[in-house]
Amino acid sequence: MKQLSRAFAAVLLVSFLLLYVVFKLNSAQGYTNGNTLIIYNWGDYIDAKLIDRFEKETGIKVIYETFDSNEAMMTKIEQGGTAYDIAVPSEYAIQKMNEENLLLPIDHSKIPNLKYIDPRFLDLPFDPGNKYSIPYFWGTVGILYNKDILGDKKITKWNDLWDPDFKNEILLIDGAREVMGMGLNSLHYSLNDTNKSHLLEAKEKLDKLTPNIKAIVGDEIRMLMENDEAAIGVVWSGTAAELMWEKDNLEYVVPEEGSNLWFDNMVIPKTAKNIEAAHKFINFMLDPKIAAQNTEYVGYSTPNKEALKYMDKEIVNDKRFYPDEEMTARLEVYENLGKKMLAYYNELFLQFKIHKK
Amino acid sequence: MRNTSRNFYLIPYVLWIILFVVTPLFLVLYYSFFDIEGHFTLDNYKKFFTTVYLGMTLSSFWYAFLITLFTLIIAYPTAYLLTKTKHKQLWLLLIILPSWINLLLKAYAFLGIFGTYRAANSFLKMIGIGSKQLLFTDFSFIFVSVYIFLPFMILPIFNALNELNPSLVDAAHDLGGSSWTTFRRVIFPLTLDGVKSGCQVVFIPSLSLFMLTRLIAGNRVITLGTAIEQHFLVTQDWGMGSTIAVFLIIAMVIIMIVTGKKVVSKVL
Repeated sequence: MKQLSRAFAAVLLVSFLLLYVVFKLNSAQGYTNGNTLIIYNWGDYIDAKLIDRFEKETGIKVIYETFDSNEAMMTKIEQGGTAYDIAVPSEYAIQKMNEENLLLPIDHSKIPNLKYIDPRFLDLPFDPGNKYSIPYFWGTVGILYNKDILGDKKITKWNDLWDPDFKNEILLIDGAREVMGMGLNSLHYSLNDTNKSHLLEAKEKLDKLTPNIKAIVGDEIRMLMENDEAAIGVVWSGTAAELMWEKDNLEYVVPEEGSNLWFDNMVIPKTAKNIEAAHKFINFMLDPKIAAQNTEYVGYSTPNKEALKYMDKEIVNDKRFYPDEEMTARLEVYENLGKKMLAYYNELFLQFKIHKK
Repeated sequence: MRNTSRNFYLIPYVLWIILFVVTPLFLVLYYSFFDIEGHFTLDNYKKFFTTVYLGMTLSSFWYAFLITLFTLIIAYPTAYLLTKTKHKQLWLLLIILPSWINLLLKAYAFLGIFGTYRAANSFLKMIGIGSKQLLFTDFSFIFVSVYIFLPFMILPIFNALNELNPSLVDAAHDLGGSSWTTFRRVIFPLTLDGVKSGCQVVFIPSLSLFMLTRLIAGNRVITLGTAIEQHFLVTQDWGMGSTIAVFLIIAMVIIMIVTGKKVVSKVL
């Protein structure tokens, strides 16, 4: 008994000692209370040099974590136990997080650089008046294809993918809304369709595509397309842009039938501890030169009008990545369909995945 | 005094079991009775017995069976040869070494090896078979799974073989048994426990593999594990995810009973 209590005491002592060391180490590196900023962003979605620069300019230490889907991010913030000061959800996720009171209002007076943002990307239906979110990047979903492998064949619309010549040549991104949306669009239905018979029809149409599908993958799609593993990939525009800089034989199209237009905005989650620093960071990222540098690294389209001036003209004038308003008119933004409908989308997507060749 | 102190030592263990084993199991069971909007329902169970989920269960079992079978076919001779080598421990260490590397890392490595223009295909071309699609096929999925599970099968079989009294084998030979008869009637029955526990540690986790199904099989193989991950992370339909988990737990208990008769009857 005595031995045991001695052991307990020893363990406690060691724990406290370690705690003290951790505290000392952290403060030596500048990680003290009120001086850190925890950012929760998509993987590979910022030029890391900019984080260093922000740390140097403001003296704030940044802790940077990443996620790979809106759902995973929301689940983590909803559960609590995290202290993210900044997160970067997509539009439908912002709407949902707002409905669940997971966001803090943003003080526009602390973000003077907001004036550089193209008004086209402000005051959108998912966040009227940008009360809770500030635009970070935007883009589309489309088809990336390898001109060398396809030869004379050209792809301009979703329905081209059903060509039997493309047997085993298509990679899809592993997202229920993206894939179901592609099925719906190919039938000229809306991406936000909630009519069950339309959805079933879309799923049946997708089943017919299975002989052409090589795999349904996540971020690996970038590496696979780079290595010519498949001729065609359904991807987000930024993935396409980044790959096209490296390989000349790739081409990206936004399908004629329509597609998804999405926005990723910066928000301050309810869990934030350092709201002041969060505002500073948002303002920092909106600085035109910084936004330009970040855009050239990330590859997605920037909503920052002023930043376009500092960027390569070839990129800025590329309608595939900076579609004009006429083109954006046929694109749709995802709406939050509610948990039940989302579950139905996922159910159908799962059935589509199980469908054998 | 002795008794109380012994009970005292038990406290951390009991607490651990209650907090991290019993409670989660009950939570899984509890959640399986709720639908996505938080109403009490039995619909999840009804849904499980539709063709979609039953088909998925069947195919999970089929793949798990194939993985276990091939692992066993490779592991048994390997373990047998290991017991015959000079530096047993060194060889064993070399075989176990890969299992210290993270599973995802290994999966990514295979993504490279099996690519259309990568090592495996260059080799196939060199020996005259020609380039084949390896990635995103049943073959690659089973191959990589077998590779990953192999050490877990070799270890228990190796231990069983190692403990086998060599005089029994000698006796069998002296009594005129051929090598095959000796193996069939003496060696194999005596190492059956090793084989059983090896099968357990391979079959059960392969039922719920989920990262490999995406990385190596390109979501062309869907296991129960994949479905659970989807329901928890994407759909946020915790009820359905839990329901599948409940069936997975039941399946595991059944497998434990079938493969581990001795242990169970001792407990009972």
